[in-house]
This record gives sequence, structure tokens and C-alpha cells, in this order.
Amino acid sequence: MNLSRREFTKIGCKIIIGATAGAAIVEPFIINTVAAENSPVQGGYNWEEHFWGYVVDTRKCIGCGRCANACKLENKVPFDEEVYRTWIERYRVKKTSLETREEEVVIDSPDGGIEGFEDDIPAEEIKKAFFVPKICNHCDNPPCVQVCPVGATYTTKDGVVLVDYEYCIGCRYCIQGCPYGARYFNTEKGTADKCTWCYHRITKGLLPACVQACPTGARKFGDMKDKNSEVNKIIDEERINLLKPDLGTKPKVFYIGLDREVR
Amino acid sequence: MLDNLIWGYVYPNESEIQWSILIVLYPYITGLVAGAFIASSLYHVFGKKEIKPVARFALLTALSFLLVAMMPLLVHLGRPERGIEIMFTPHLTSAMSGFGYIFSFYLIIVVLEIWLSFREDIVKKALSSHGWKELLYSSLALFSFDISEETLHNDEKFARKLAIIGIPSAAFLHGYVGFIFGGIKANPWWSTPLMPIIFLMSAIVSGIALLILLYIAAMKIRKHAIDHKCLQSLAHYLWIFLILDVTLELLEIISMKYASREDIDIINRLLSDKIGFTFWGIQLTLGIFIPFILLLLVSLIKKRDTLKLIMISVSCIFVVIGVFAMRWNVVIGGQEISKSLVGTLTYVPEFFSQEGVLPAIIIFMLPFIILRVVTAILPPWKDMEEETQEHN
Ligand code: SF4
Ligand code: SF4
Repeated sequence: MNLSRREFTKIGCKIIIGATAGAAIVEPFIINTVAAENSPVQGGYNWEEHFWGYVVDTRKCIGCGRCANACKLENKVPFDEEVYRTWIERYRVKKTSLETREEEVVIDSPDGGIEGFEDDIPAEEIKKAFFVPKICNHCDNPPCVQVCPVGATYTTKDGVVLVDYEYCIGCRYCIQGCPYGARYFNTEKGTADKCTWCYHRITKGLLPACVQACPTGARKFGDMKDKNSEVNKIIDEERINLLKPDLGTKPKVFYIGLDREVR
Repeated sequence: MLDNLIWGYVYPNESEIQWSILIVLYPYITGLVAGAFIASSLYHVFGKKEIKPVARFALLTALSFLLVAMMPLLVHLGRPERGIEIMFTPHLTSAMSGFGYIFSFYLIIVVLEIWLSFREDIVKKALSSHGWKELLYSSLALFSFDISEETLHNDEKFARKLAIIGIPSAAFLHGYVGFIFGGIKANPWWSTPLMPIIFLMSAIVSGIALLILLYIAAMKIRKHAIDHKCLQSLAHYLWIFLILDVTLELLEIISMKYASREDIDIINRLLSDKIGFTFWGIQLTLGIFIPFILLLLVSLIKKRDTLKLIMISVSCIFVVIGVFAMRWNVVIGGQEISKSLVGTLTYVPEFFSQEGVLPAIIIFMLPFIILRVVTAILPPWKDMEEETQEHN
């Protein structure tokens, strides 16, 4: 039962045609990510009228941890588990001898920074130090949405990435897919979970809890469809940067004063 | 306690490893399926007569493992009761969403293939037995008892066509499992376009090795002589695929190291520290280089079948262990580096939990039990044993 050469060529051709057709079919799926069709919020809120954005001014953050604390309270994120919707990172670049030129950067975020930070390195050893608040970037091209096998993670029309807890199967693929470590597993619900930009608040005209709690104004939230919003002004006027821009996730959290050491 | 498991800075949410040993098992089992199927296709499609003794046995092996391939995934889900949604509302941008369909499609092909190649036996059994056995085999025969030369010939033709579709779908089934990891750009250890093909090659390697081991075991249990021609030819294919496999695996590492992107420091740490032993020691040395040399010797040595038998068995045992280590290094290794790229964490397997070692062991034993049952209903021994007699 040997294959003749002709048959072999035939099979080969079929495989190639099949693969090409396959790629062509797959293409549109890869490009489109899901958007929800119905707003999760009823009432007077029209999600077509908004498109939310977030600004972090790292120069202003003092690492007090009130934002992270407020978030856990507001969103009932368990305090006794290592899960966070937002957290604060501390970067300390140590002084280096001019000979070795090797830079040592110490990064930490004990308990997400909720309790603030301790000075465990003497100040004279430190060259520069700063805090960087982190939060889900509500990416415009979110890998977490792309990889969800059932579409339980989705983007709302006003640009917020949410998890449908009634639908999520708990496979955790999205947790693997998020490059920023913004997602965690909710053991109680058996689903993935993450920051919602306090969707229940912003759709009522309130600020996200973290923004509200920040005493220095390091966190700002606003409507990018509103020309005069503070967020838009900053994006227009300041020098801003994004986290891991090379991954093409198109974050909607914009950073002022982002150091090159920030991961 | 957590602190000494973590080095450097990992994002606070990463303190727990999300995909456990069960997710190591999933690509491992799927790989064995794909490999066993491709081994059987060597006979069915490419007409390699030497493989005939194990061709049908390979199909049954593929089926037994295929039936449990889904289980580790299901057990691992946070909401297993919703798992079926993957079939009803697949979200097609996800590499994981097609799994239900590819899996089902492949299952149909394997079952059809088995049915066609066993149909003659089934019909004969149905005609010659009584009572519940008659009913069992008649229904397996779908109450069509035509086994004239001509129909059998048609069956065979159809079976071959199926096997031809089967090869790309086996390749797809597993290449696609590789893409589940390869498509994650967040993880530098996973995100490589080579992942699907590496997964496929190691799958074939593990499948052939497993098939050899099962064949030897079955013949020993049935106290029957082993067909050395068949065995050595399987070993020969194993050797060829080992070469392809190791080439790709090394290519991946070499290009990562040569390109030295920003993630290279963490990759180096992973390879030298976290998975140093399981990667260089088990996956490459034990799982590939030693079997490679042993199998090379097998093809060089003349006669001395018993010695060769031992060398082949040892190689195959090493290969199946090595491929398991490879799955481990990918799945667990990838999660032991933080996406911050400046920290690592350590996976400590639990034993009894839902995602522990115990359920993994239980799940991995199932296919062997299923294989035992399936071979009792559809004995593949006839061609395994007849052939040997012809040779002797
Ligand atoms: S930061 Fe992570 S969780 Fe948030 S939208 Fe982007 S990929 Fe998704
Ligand atoms: S854990 Fe839930 S939201 Fe995340 S990918 Fe799986 S099903 Fe989607």
C-alpha cells in the first residue's frame, strides 16, 4: 500500500491549500476582540458617550498605600489573600561605584503597599527612589480578552475591560495572558478577577475609589471623549509613557515621569 | 514562608502559580495521543509493512489516551460545570477555544478508523457468539454484516483516506496545544513561533516510545515472542524524530540566547537555576541524548536481539520521562519567571488538593485501564502475533 508520487503530491497540495485557507479564516478572528453588546449598567448611563482613561503621575505618589487600601475595601478584595486590583511598587536604585558601573535596583511591593513602606535600606546608599502605582491598564488591544476561550472577559463600549463572573469558567488563561500581572484568581467565585475602574461608581458619575482616596492627586481618571477633561489635557500637554508599549497592548493608563527601570 | 520561594521582584498577584501539574499532564497526554496515532499512520498511510503488527494497537492506545485528554483541564477549571461553554460559545480569538472542536473532530476520526480496521473481526465475533456478546458485537458492527472481499477492500480504502486526514489533524491537535503557550506574548519563555512544532515533535517522540513500551509489555504479559523487525523499525523512527525534536529545542534556546533581548537575564536564570536540572539533566540528557546514542547503537549492532530489546526499552523509558520533563519545563518553568522579568518564584506541588499530584496520578492511570478494557473488546493481538510466527 505504498503511496505513489502523484498521490503524495496531491496530499501535499491539499495540506498547503488547507493551511492557507485556514490562515485566511483565522485572520479576522485574531484582529477583532469582543465588545459587549449590552451595557452591564441600566438606568441613565449611556456608554456610547464616554471613553475612560487613567493617568498616573509617578512624581506625586508618596507610597502611602491609601489607594490600594480603598480598592480592597470598595471592591471586597480579600485582605488576607495576596490578590490586588491595584498596588504600589517602590523602586530604589542604589548608588554605584564609578568603576563597576553595575546598577542595582531594588523593587518591592510588600502587601501591595497597602501598609506603606519601611525604610530598610539606609538613605545614603540610595541614588534615586520613587513609587509607581499599578493598576489594570484596560488595554485597547487587551491580550486577556483575546485569550479568553468563552468570551467571559470583554471590553465595554466606554473602554473598560471587565470579567463576566456568571460566565467565566475559571481556566485562568487570561491571568497568564496579561503582561502586567493585573489579574488574579477569585477563589470564592472560582473565576478570574481584576480591576474594573470601579465600573459601578464611574457609571454613576463618581471617581474610582483609588483616585478618590489618593491624597496627592497622583491618580487621575477622566473621560477621553470630553475635550476638557483633565486626563485629556495631560495626554495633550505632558510627556507621557505607557507600560511595556512594545507588546502592542495599547494601555489606557498613561504615566507621567516613568523611569526606565519600571517593569 | 513564601519569601524564600520568591527571588527578586514578582508582581504581587503572581505569588501563586496558576497552572499546576494537571496542566503539565494535559499536553503530555495529548502528545501521547498524537504520537501513537502518527505511529499507526506509518502503516496505514505510508504503507510501512513492518509496523503492521502494532498499527491497530496504536489506534487503540491513541483512543484510550484521547478519552482522558480533556480530564486534567476540566478538573483544573475554577467552574468545571461551565466548561462545556467552550463548545457552545467559543471565543475564536482564543487559542484555547478551538480545543473542544478539534478534540471532537479528532475523536471521530480515531473512532472511525478503529471501527473500519476492526470491522471484519467485529462481524465475525458477532456471527459466532451468543447472548449479550452477540448483541455487543452486533451493535458495534452497526448491524451491517457484509464482509465480502469487496466491502473490506472499500473499508480499507476509506480507512486510508481517514488516516490521511488524521495525520494533519493529529498534527493540528498537538501543534495547537503548543500554540496555547506560544501565543502568550506576556511570557518570554512561552512566546515563540517554534512552540507548536516543538510540541508536535516531542509528541511524536513520546507517542512512539510509549507504543514500543506497551507493545513489549503486552507481548511479555501474553507470553508471546516479540517481532524484532517491527520493534527495530519503530525504534528507527523514534531515532529520526528525536533528531528533529532536539534540533528544534536547541534552536529555540540558541536563538533566545543569541538575540539576547531584555528578557535574556531572566531566561538565563530560569535555565541555570529554576529548571536547570529538569531541562539540561532530564529533558535533554536523559530524555534525548542517551536514547539517541542507544538507538544509534541499536541500528549499528548486528543480531543480538535481546540486547537491542533492552537498549530500546531503556531508551523508551527515558524518552517518556524526558518528554514529561519537557512539558514540565514549559508549563511550570514559564510560570516560575515573573512577568516583571526581574523575579522568580517556585512551584511547590501539593499532593492531595484538587490540583495536586494525586489527581494527576489517578488521571494518568486511567488510559491504561481503558486500554485494558478496549483491548478485551477489540483484541488487536491477531496481527501482532501472527506476523511474528511468519517471521520465525
Ligand atoms: S492590563 Fe492586563 S488585565 Fe488589564 S486589560 Fe490589559 S491585559 Fe487585560
Ligand atoms: S479565567 Fe475566565 S475570564 Fe479568564 S480566560 Fe478563563 S474563562 Fe476567560
